Amino acid sequence: MSTDTASGEGFSDTETMTVREAIRQALREELERDEDVYVMGEDVGTFGGVLGVTGDLVEQFGETRVRDTPISEAGFTGAAVGAAATGTRPVVEIMFSDFMGVCSEQILNQMAKNRYMFGGKTEMPVTIRTTEGGGMGAASQHSGTIHTWFAHLPGIMAVAPGTAHAAKGLTKSAIRSDDPVIIFENKQIYENEGEVPVSEEYTIPLGTASVEREGDDVTVVATQRMVGESLDLAEELAGETSVEVIDLMSLYPMDTDTLLKSVEKTGRLVVADESPLSYGTHAEVVARVQEEGFFSLDAPIQRVGVADTHIPFSPALEEEILPHAEDVRAAIDRVV
Amino acid sequence: MVSIDIETEDGQREILRRMLTIRAFDTKAGELFADGELPGFVHLYIGEEAVGVGAISALEEQDYITSTHRGHGHCIAKGLDTYKMMAELYGKRDGYCNGKGGSMHIADVDAGMLGANGIVGAGPPLATGAALTAQYKGEDKVALAFFGDGAVAQGQVHEGINLAATWDLPAVFVVENNHFGEATAMEDQHNVEHLSATAEAYDIPGFTVDGMDVTAVYEAVKEARERAANGEGPTFIEADTYRYEGHFEGDHQPYRTEEDIDLWKDRDAIETFKNRLVEAGAVTQDEFEEMRDEIEAEIEDHAERAKAADYPDPSEAYEDMFNANVPEINDFAARMRADGGER
Repeated sequence: MSTDTASGEGFSDTETMTVREAIRQALREELERDEDVYVMGEDVGTFGGVLGVTGDLVEQFGETRVRDTPISEAGFTGAAVGAAATGTRPVVEIMFSDFMGVCSEQILNQMAKNRYMFGGKTEMPVTIRTTEGGGMGAASQHSGTIHTWFAHLPGIMAVAPGTAHAAKGLTKSAIRSDDPVIIFENKQIYENEGEVPVSEEYTIPLGTASVEREGDDVTVVATQRMVGESLDLAEELAGETSVEVIDLMSLYPMDTDTLLKSVEKTGRLVVADESPLSYGTHAEVVARVQEEGFFSLDAPIQRVGVADTHIPFSPALEEEILPHAEDVRAAIDRVV
Repeated sequence: MVSIDIETEDGQREILRRMLTIRAFDTKAGELFADGELPGFVHLYIGEEAVGVGAISALEEQDYITSTHRGHGHCIAKGLDTYKMMAELYGKRDGYCNGKGGSMHIADVDAGMLGANGIVGAGPPLATGAALTAQYKGEDKVALAFFGDGAVAQGQVHEGINLAATWDLPAVFVVENNHFGEATAMEDQHNVEHLSATAEAYDIPGFTVDGMDVTAVYEAVKEARERAANGEGPTFIEADTYRYEGHFEGDHQPYRTEEDIDLWKDRDAIETFKNRLVEAGAVTQDEFEEMRDEIEAEIEDHAERAKAADYPDPSEAYEDMFNANVPEINDFAARMRADGGER
């Protein structure tokens, strides 16, 4: 076993790169490592992915291993399920997570259920990568943050990296997993830079959270874009309020122990996740912490997210809807 | 099971045997359901035996199939064990899915049977994926999707076929037109006379064959398999057939009459094929009856053993979700149970 850690501890050799580059490096390394791995999706080949993640991979690996599909999410997601059941390890890109509405049948009833329904005799090594989040003026059908749906669905693992090192480590673990994993990438953080272990052996175990900054007064459990914004906020508040920032990273399974340990220390919790607040990822974190850590809490838990609306087009409206650091700050102020 | 040579007498008898096994298995399953023995829903394949047996007999052992909610016939034609199937119908641990799947979800991936499926149009994209694996790995394997006329109205069927056609994958698509999508007639669900017209849109060969004639189905699939294995891409075959039973057992069938059913029973696939073999001297009427009695006795025995078999332990409900250990499942299970439990 490698000395996997979320922060890359034990892997001293790092490079600064963006989240986009970190994911691409993960894909490249796994394509090189395992012949059974291939990437497919709309425009992932010559075009390099509509958000540029697959980039030049087709040049290195060719069109058999980095393959463009027709615009048919149900067709190619279903094909990935059949392909995974028969001995290959497809990595599917679904351009915008909103489009998962188109192929939900294959995810919901086939990918998630086959192993259990068939008595544990099928492996399902499918990785789905998809993008989430507002902030691009892309309006409601290209801006959703829908990971709660799929994290809620039994039989699927769901991860959502907040940093470049998380993006690389989680992508590699997802591809190596014999279980289906969906990676939810927030498109606003593709340009975020960070230190990333360059070792091919660097992975992050699914089901772990990462303490990205230690603090004593309040815990902020964040996902995706909210991780970086919370880290910047923690820096701003240093000397005034000591903020511990955790990148939740794995939505299912969830690293409850790391959350409980942190709340035991700080006594206060803010959950920041760019998804609708009702019945959401926030609620799952809150439920787990209060079930097992209720007596560690010194104040009510606070949620920061989207106020149960879709994402509007107009920049004036979109900016109003999306959660930001100032919302996290307000939540901290309410409890500290 | 390797492909069967329909030209030989051994092959012909094997084809007859498989059709009889399906008839006996599903007749028994229908009786058990009527007696309140089986939980859940049961969808029988009786009447359609020539399609499953004709098609699968033309495949090679290593080939894959995807099936439907009416999947018992496909399982038997693919060589699955009728005791383990019966045990699955009862929800017993000895079943193919350890009692987790039931009639609608029998699968045996090692045998190339990628699952019966409760979603009518889900199979074609899965078969396309299995064909993709074969092409990707350069293996001599073909994937055949069975689906019903009702499924042809579902979008994912067309997406699966389009992808297989575009990538020249070794796939065969066989629509079993049994003339009803659940309780609605085929002509009220589609505007075309022959569903094989679908093939034209994908620029792949499309045929309609007599699905009551096992030889016709066999020959069409044999040719399609060859084309697929040669890298010439998928074929779309419509087999014109009929289900003698309702959509599900207990269906009161207001949508048709006994007379309608009798018209098809006059062309019964097993009877027709047997008569042809008797005429050719490949089998005698006595041998046929002996074969049938033997099969029925075996199915009877399997049903009795399945009834007597053990149910899974309740704790097995928490197994098989993931290959990896996911702590949530046991933690939550412990909490939900009366005896409690702690992390």
